[in-house]
Amino acid sequence: MTLEDLIQKLELTPFTTPKDFPAIHPTGGYASDLLSCAMAGAKPGNVWVTLQSHVNIVAVAALTEVCGVIISEGAQPEAAVIEKANGQGVTLLGTKLPTYQVVGKLWELGIH
Amino acid sequence: MPSLQSKQGRVITDQDAREISRVEELSYDLKISETMTRDVKTTSPGAHMAAILETLRIGRISGLPVVMNDRLVGVISLEDIIQAILKNDLTALVQDHMSTRIITVKAYDPVVKALEKFSEYRVGRLPVVDENDHLVGIITKGDITRGILTALQKDYKVEEVRRYRASHLFEDITSERTSLIMRYNIKAGDYVNGGQASSHIKRALLRLGASPQLARQCGIAVYEAEMNLIIHTDHGGVLRIQIEPQRILMQTSDTGPGIPDVNLALQAGWSTATQEVRDMGFGAGMGLVNIRRCVDRMELESTPGKGTKLLMEIMLRPDERFKESEQSDSLSSTNGESK
Repeated sequence: MTLEDLIQKLELTPFTTPKDFPAIHPTGGYASDLLSCAMAGAKPGNVWVTLQSHVNIVAVAALTEVCGVIISEGAQPEAAVIEKANGQGVTLLGTKLPTYQVVGKLWELGIH
Repeated sequence: MPSLQSKQGRVITDQDAREISRVEELSYDLKISETMTRDVKTTSPGAHMAAILETLRIGRISGLPVVMNDRLVGVISLEDIIQAILKNDLTALVQDHMSTRIITVKAYDPVVKALEKFSEYRVGRLPVVDENDHLVGIITKGDITRGILTALQKDYKVEEVRRYRASHLFEDITSERTSLIMRYNIKAGDYVNGGQASSHIKRALLRLGASPQLARQCGIAVYEAEMNLIIHTDHGGVLRIQIEPQRILMQTSDTGPGIPDVNLALQAGWSTATQEVRDMGFGAGMGLVNIRRCVDRMELESTPGKGTKLLMEIMLRPDERFKESEQSDSLSSTNGESK
């Protein structure tokens, strides 16, 4: 299951400049809106699901080396956030679904 | 036909994701004129298909622009020749088989324009024209791949040189105790720049030759300490990182307000963050807990009304240590003996 597959199947909207998504294989997932929890729990290569969309998610994503942040419930990051994410090579993806459903779908797709 | 994006990606799948996005960036930065082939072989509508086949074979090229009276009138490709062979029509003229749908790109356009046209029109080559529509070159996907790889290699070399120089820092300097100190002033309430110092530190460690695991560990510890200064202090504070061959020492100090009960602050889940800060996802009460998990030693000292000092230390395993100058080893061992 590649990041490209997840984007297709969950109909995620990439906010940041697309990368070679078909070559990225998520190593698992983590969900929390508390940044310190994500910092402790997200492993490199995971997808991180959160409804936070402010600039500090970029630093957390970069430091934990997650392969993508799925921003749930239709939250829209500001242009400055997207710019910073592009600068740090962080992928931000959006969905209207709430976190609970995103995680359920990810699990069904084999992201454990 | 796979999308150009994945096609670009496949060329350099070994590279890390950051370089993939650099490829995207380069496709906007690189001009078509920088990657195109300049000495374009052309032909005329009256040439024989058999002669074109010979030109393509000898030149090892896959197509030619067709020019008449200095004007581009078509393109003839290997595919057109194959069609002619299938129809047993190799004695025909170029004008009978050439494609007259002329799609060109401008020399001053970015490479991404050519990529868009390749996928839109499904052609293998595009004649390049100048502002007066005169033919000045031809560009293929191969030319673009080469151009991007060359540019990436240049980037890569710059980073390699930096990394090489930095990773020999401790080896190149002979002293009894060498350390590198980095200092950052962190402003209270500066959420926008939160995490900046930690990413700089992480990058510095990688350049010095630290393992990604070690750089990550330090990055996380420093991030939490940095955010504590931003969230909880009255006037911000100072973040000081001291890198030595055998250990990394990280310290923050601030001027208040101080922590009334240090033991309580060290409990997982305890937080004094305001609702506003919690809404941004901070204030989980996990910061110090995370730090402790990442470092070998953590000391927290605080006096209400005066300020807080946080010390974090990571001792490097023998295989993680930064290489030192051999002379400095002998210096210190001589010292040891004389004592």
